[in-house]
Amino acid sequence: MKRRDFLQKSISAGLIAGASLKLTGINSLFANSINSLEKDYDLVAIKGGEADAMFDKAISEFGGMKKFIKPNQTVVLKPNIGWDVIPENAANTNPKLVSRIIKHCFDAGAKEVYVFDHTCDEWTRCYSNSGIEKAVKDAGGTIVPGHSESYYQAVEIKDGKSLKTTKVHELIMESDVFINVPVLKSHGGARITISMKNLMGVVWDRGYWHRNDLHQCIADYVPFRKPDLNIVDAYAVMKRNGPRGVSKSDVVQMKSQIISTDIVAADAAAAKLFGFEPENVEYIRLAGEANYGQMDLSKLNISRLSI
Amino acid sequence: MNQSFLKYLRIAVSLIFFIATLSLFIDIHELIPTEFTESIIYFQFVPSFIKTFGLLSFTVSGFIIVIVLTALFGRVYCSSICPLGTLQDFLIRLSKKFRFKKKYVYLKPQTLLQNIFLGLFLISLFTGSLLAVNLLDPYSNFGRIAAGFFNPIISLFNNLIVFILESFEIYSLYPVTLGGYTLFGFLFVLSFSSLLIWLSLFHGRLYCNTICPVGTLLGYISKLSFMKIRIDDTNCTGCGICEIKCKGSCIDSDNKYVDHSRCVSCFNCLTVCPSHGIIYSSRIPKKLNLEEKNKTDYDKRNFIGSLLIFSIGLSSILKAQEKIKVFVKNKIKVIRENPITPPGAVSNEGFTEKCTACHLCVSKCPTKVLQPSFLEYGFIGMLQPRMDNFNGFCNYECTICGEVCPTGAIEPVILEEKKLIQIGKAKFIKDNCIVFTQKTDCGACAEHCPTKAVKMLYDEVEKVVAPKIDDKICIGCGACEYACPTQPYKAIYVEANTVHAKAEKPSEEPMEEVILEEFPF
Repeated sequence: MKRRDFLQKSISAGLIAGASLKLTGINSLFANSINSLEKDYDLVAIKGGEADAMFDKAISEFGGMKKFIKPNQTVVLKPNIGWDVIPENAANTNPKLVSRIIKHCFDAGAKEVYVFDHTCDEWTRCYSNSGIEKAVKDAGGTIVPGHSESYYQAVEIKDGKSLKTTKVHELIMESDVFINVPVLKSHGGARITISMKNLMGVVWDRGYWHRNDLHQCIADYVPFRKPDLNIVDAYAVMKRNGPRGVSKSDVVQMKSQIISTDIVAADAAAAKLFGFEPENVEYIRLAGEANYGQMDLSKLNISRLSI
Repeated sequence: MNQSFLKYLRIAVSLIFFIATLSLFIDIHELIPTEFTESIIYFQFVPSFIKTFGLLSFTVSGFIIVIVLTALFGRVYCSSICPLGTLQDFLIRLSKKFRFKKKYVYLKPQTLLQNIFLGLFLISLFTGSLLAVNLLDPYSNFGRIAAGFFNPIISLFNNLIVFILESFEIYSLYPVTLGGYTLFGFLFVLSFSSLLIWLSLFHGRLYCNTICPVGTLLGYISKLSFMKIRIDDTNCTGCGICEIKCKGSCIDSDNKYVDHSRCVSCFNCLTVCPSHGIIYSSRIPKKLNLEEKNKTDYDKRNFIGSLLIFSIGLSSILKAQEKIKVFVKNKIKVIRENPITPPGAVSNEGFTEKCTACHLCVSKCPTKVLQPSFLEYGFIGMLQPRMDNFNGFCNYECTICGEVCPTGAIEPVILEEKKLIQIGKAKFIKDNCIVFTQKTDCGACAEHCPTKAVKMLYDEVEKVVAPKIDDKICIGCGACEYACPTQPYKAIYVEANTVHAKAEKPSEEPMEEVILEEFPF
């Protein structure tokens, strides 16, 4: 039992809490089955506008945020906040985008929107210099730390080849809706980083992944808790020296965004946008071969938009 | 005139200094802007002394004001400004409450011992091997207690509150990582605190009057100070209550004598005297005490003698130096030749000559890369901080250590300048690297490198993407070493520049613009 549950249950009236939990559980089950029937596009790609405006249009094309969030649900947003750099360097997710997504979540009735990352640089500086802490607070979301092992709980990865167990941030498991908001950029180790690689920021011991076949571990982790929605920020794209970058000279303005419920498809499309064939990025190939998502974009119903 | 108010004034001033200084060390949420540090530590004698002569600037000369204050009012520094003194006053208060010590009696001065400590201290200060300064300086000792004891307690308390709050989904307060506490540092603080607790509980301010070199030095000045505690023969009834209450054990009521070199101007005697027989004044009461005259010569002789003895003995102890072991993959252990000093330290020699190991930087360092050393700088550099890349790495965008350093051992540098200070250079150990041993991609080192001095490039021979280091733009921040996931030893580590160098600026060639006509899918 999680320590939060333990404390909460021992303090709040057990019956009422239990009943309300059950209800939301049934609701979300019901909601999901409706979603799958209504689904029109597998992937929406948009270009030419500001990050927040592109999201407005892309999400409505996708059926709106209400498709993913039911009233009173909790949402966890996982942008990339890994580095202590300014937004112009594009090492972290665009704060304007993060802020706009949170707004859509609340408009859809979300009870609470949590945002965190397990950062690489010192976390308080990453949160503030990335502009994301402010963006989250201004939008009414809750910024949550990810720097302490106490937030992470050990889980089993059932079909993992290299990754059998790992420690995952408690919010990933406790929140009703999980939205992944990576930024597309080059990456020294993994070649490029997008949605799947962004999930390394929800686990504690990344060193283990690096030691034990990085690509295999990235692919292995995917089915554990697939994001309900992946929103790839490709507004400003770091084309070299990633994932941290040296200066804003590493960045090109692509003014694009890709959103998809399928994490493998999102990465395959983003890889193409970056200039890579998806099958040449090993973790995308591994995840595609393991059927964790559709790597072959020709099999998808894609909407392509421009502003 | 009733002079009791002096005691309360002293208590108020000492609390202000104590709380301000302590809060610097326990500021776990970085609430105090670093600009305040200099003013808070301005009057601390030893840091200010070292900084003044290090920078040859008198804007940081709080110690001169302390000397003037002492010449005017006696050792008010010891009773009001010195945080270690106030810490002892807390303990003395405890001892009164629990009746460990009911009364003090006049003790003969331990002049020889005092001068030995002072001699050691001065030799150490002027020869630039700061070991004795570091071990004896009251401010630095307080700093180590605050950093090694109070800081973790506050951190643990904070984390407990966070634990409870988060159970209710409140994430506004966050847990802090405990760090900066090495076993050796802890043992040192533990033994020093035990000594201090024992001395203050049972012997009042004996530490200040026997061991503390700043106390001894100021004692020489306070002997001649303008304002003094004096026994007024006409009013004194010889009841001896002042002697009983004197935590400096420096009042001899039988002979109506006050040893001003040991009086810390706590003014406790003024509040307990029933007859105004003891006063704080500039006037010399009618009967002049002759004993004072005779003592001075003694002191001088002892002082010069002990200086000689220790300058000879000291040099031989200081040679032993331990090399640091870097954790490199099983097969290859690498000996790091020298410890790494933080940006702004300029050189290892310059740094060890100015650092008093107060550990303020250790408390303030946001990544906890600054750690107290053991023998890495050699015996004389014991406890002086070093960059421990096993524990963290130097944040590219941070200059805090230089901003807070009270002695100028770490000089303040502007951020743009700091980003080019090369404190060391990364070294690669191919046979420990995952890319070569496991033949899988990794790149953790290159990922973290802020200047891209470490880059992942395709190795034609081995057909792997492996790290390559560009010495010219490497600044030695240690991010690569920290991030390297190999066990138990690292495949990349930083070797210190014992004299810091200047790195080249990473190239900033602009990228070609991309015009996206259609999506490529």
